[in-house]
Amino acid sequence: MNTPANLKFAASHEWVNTEADGTLTIGISDHAQEALGDVVFLELPAVGRLVKAGESVAVIESVKAASDIYAPVSGEVIAINDAAVDAPESVNADAYAVWLFKIKPSDAAELGKLLDAAAYEATL
Amino acid sequence: MTQHTPLYDSHLAANGKIVDFAGWEMPIHYGSQVEEHHAVRKDAGMFDVSHMCALDLAGPDATRYLRHLLANDVAKLTTSGKALYSCMLDDGAGVIDDLIVYFFSPERYRIVVNAGTAEKDIAWMRPRLVGFDASLIVRRDVAMIAVQGPQARERFWTAFPVARAHSVTLENFQAAEWSVDKNTWLIARTGYTGEDGFEVTMPADDAAAVWKALLDAGVKPCGLGARDTLRLEAGMNLYGQDMDENISPYEAGLKWTVDLKDADRDFVGKSVLAGRQCNVRFAGLLLLQRGVMRSHMKVHTALGVGETTSGTFSPTLNQSIALARIPAGIENGSEVEVEIRDKKLKAKVVKPTFVRHGQSLL
Repeated sequence: MNTPANLKFAASHEWVNTEADGTLTIGISDHAQEALGDVVFLELPAVGRLVKAGESVAVIESVKAASDIYAPVSGEVIAINDAAVDAPESVNADAYAVWLFKIKPSDAAELGKLLDAAAYEATL
Repeated sequence: MTQHTPLYDSHLAANGKIVDFAGWEMPIHYGSQVEEHHAVRKDAGMFDVSHMCALDLAGPDATRYLRHLLANDVAKLTTSGKALYSCMLDDGAGVIDDLIVYFFSPERYRIVVNAGTAEKDIAWMRPRLVGFDASLIVRRDVAMIAVQGPQARERFWTAFPVARAHSVTLENFQAAEWSVDKNTWLIARTGYTGEDGFEVTMPADDAAAVWKALLDAGVKPCGLGARDTLRLEAGMNLYGQDMDENISPYEAGLKWTVDLKDADRDFVGKSVLAGRQCNVRFAGLLLLQRGVMRSHMKVHTALGVGETTSGTFSPTLNQSIALARIPAGIENGSEVEVEIRDKKLKAKVVKPTFVRHGQSLL
């Protein structure tokens, strides 16, 4: 299994990359894509939506089942990846290359609650 | 108690992802369910279906017994090896199971029933043998492999060249017995995918070697996941999902399997069916927006609310399809709304057969 050390993770299987400007880029983990199987549909949040940490903000559907994607931290959705919506199977090909949405965090303290790669792997 | 088929080790060796299915540990996929699906539509795939249960019925009254037990009429089977799809109903015309029955002679039949219902079926069938000179033998000593796809038969013959002569003339829904050493195989031109192919029954001890030979002939192992998307595209019902004891065949799109031609034939459930008013129809749904329909979603129509019974994403059509029970007056071509989570998405009502022989029927 592939769990890059430069990323942070939520126990609900999202990865979080902190950009230079402090915004967060978010996707789902390799473990999550593997468990879901072939991804066929993504429903991403509206840009500008204010979200709370742990809130269901997106839906990912595989041939098998639908799963919620949760906001790892609170903040404002500032971008979504339309290319991923058009090619949902790209999530299976490389879960860490395909981001789903970006959040401008509103509470820096929440970032400290995310898991590092080793701690995330320990939850699996 | 979890059970394993004779091919369990073959599934592990092929990197199958194992899930529980009706008490059986079975592969859901071997990597990609969608790739397996396409392999069956375009080339050839194989499924371990040994969890289904084969039953042998033999005796002078075998035909009379089945004509009483089943809603379809085995009397129409006159060519050896010919098969028939039928529902087995309870006294209230609810579906106990759907099954395939193979005719060898008026005194000898093979019946194949679903895995999850096998014990219930046998418990229903055995006491009803009273008064009939026939015996029912449960064949847990056999394994079954379905080889499906446009190239399935050719690849099977590549693996088993001697079998060609015994199976090349088989028509659709016909089977032939083939003696291998001292054992008997059954090669049936049947399946659950909407493609050509065989369902092959062999002694359990031979199964792993057969699987390997088919693998070497280029047949792709396919799991229960692809089996479900393929059968749904083909518009074939799944017991426990599209129908059960609370549903009559008329409400599950299976009226064509209920044979009422012989007025003198009295089969279990017949009297109830005769008086039944059916105010629902079984239809296909094609989602017109992005999303995936699943079972038990509400379907809002001009004449009231219906329900999806099975739904998935169709890899062939690249959109979501479903089977549904909706009010009887809703015609094909109508637009309805399916409630997916908190949204109502538009869907079109179509005939419940979406794909056959690799081609969209829409």
